[in-house]
Amino acid sequence: MAENANALVGDTASLSINIQGRDEMVIVTARGAARELSRELGFGIVDQTRVATAISEIIRNVVQYASEGEVQFRVIEENGQPGLEMVVVDQGPGIADVERVLRGGYSTGNGFGRGISGARTLMDDFELQSEVGRGTRVWMRKWLR
Amino acid sequence: MNIPVLQIERFLIVSVQGELKDNDVTALQQNLLERLRRTEAAGVLIDLTAVEVVDSYMGRLLRDTAAMIRLMGVPTVVVGLRPAVAVTLVELGLDLPGIHTDLNLERGLTWLRTQMR
Ligand SMILES: Nc1ncnc2c1ncn2[C@@H]1O[C@H](COP(=O)(O)OP(=O)(O)O)[C@@H](O)[C@H]1O
Ligand SMILES: [Mg+2]
Repeated sequence: MAENANALVGDTASLSINIQGRDEMVIVTARGAARELSRELGFGIVDQTRVATAISEIIRNVVQYASEGEVQFRVIEENGQPGLEMVVVDQGPGIADVERVLRGGYSTGNGFGRGISGARTLMDDFELQSEVGRGTRVWMRKWLR
Repeated sequence: MNIPVLQIERFLIVSVQGELKDNDVTALQQNLLERLRRTEAAGVLIDLTAVEVVDSYMGRLLRDTAAMIRLMGVPTVVVGLRPAVAVTLVELGLDLPGIHTDLNLERGLTWLRTQMR
């Protein structure tokens, strides 16, 4: 993982991981990738943990509710400011009430209902798109401060 | 990963090492409850010093574990939460209500001793 990430920080920095079936191992892998990439970018320990926690929430949702998808990590730069972009796309059942889920406290999975609203707080930029029957897309960014 | 349960005095000590998978937590819960029954332990200490990420799912499992132990009449203390983990837990909107936490193993054990009647 560490070597992969090293090679990634540069202009063609991107990495994608497939999410398949109910295998929670992918959560651990994605967390590791997020942490490694953000560390390489120079993020402090708290931001590394925020990013790793946010991706953990979103990937866990795919494993729990959708099971089929993909996560893409990209090292980005805007106005000279480096950042990490993570996009998680799945072909699951989608979310009917996106607003409600974004507000937090709503769960169909016997959870706290804090995964999506929490990930949004932990990241700088966050967008959730979902279509019932088609799938869900979560786009998030964290900038180096 | 198998999470060993150790014993110090009359307390069960769980030191979570590295990446926790959900199955590990389920196995740990069962192991703990079984050990509690067998050893009649007076308290449980869960050490998270080595844990780098606690997401809301893990937070819920922790809370449930503590609740199960409490139902058996035994107190739980969680120690060694990393500062970065504490920050993210609060930002997630989870402050582990109902779970007693302490800075480190020593202080956790001290607290457990005060809970013994
Ligand atoms: N990828 C997804 N596909 C379909 N439904 C989802 C997905 N992610 C989240 N959801 C729905 O949104 C709800 C809230 O998700 P979240 O905020 O992570 O809380 P929790 O997982 O604890 O329920 C879930 O209970 C589920 O109904
Ligand atoms: Mg969730």
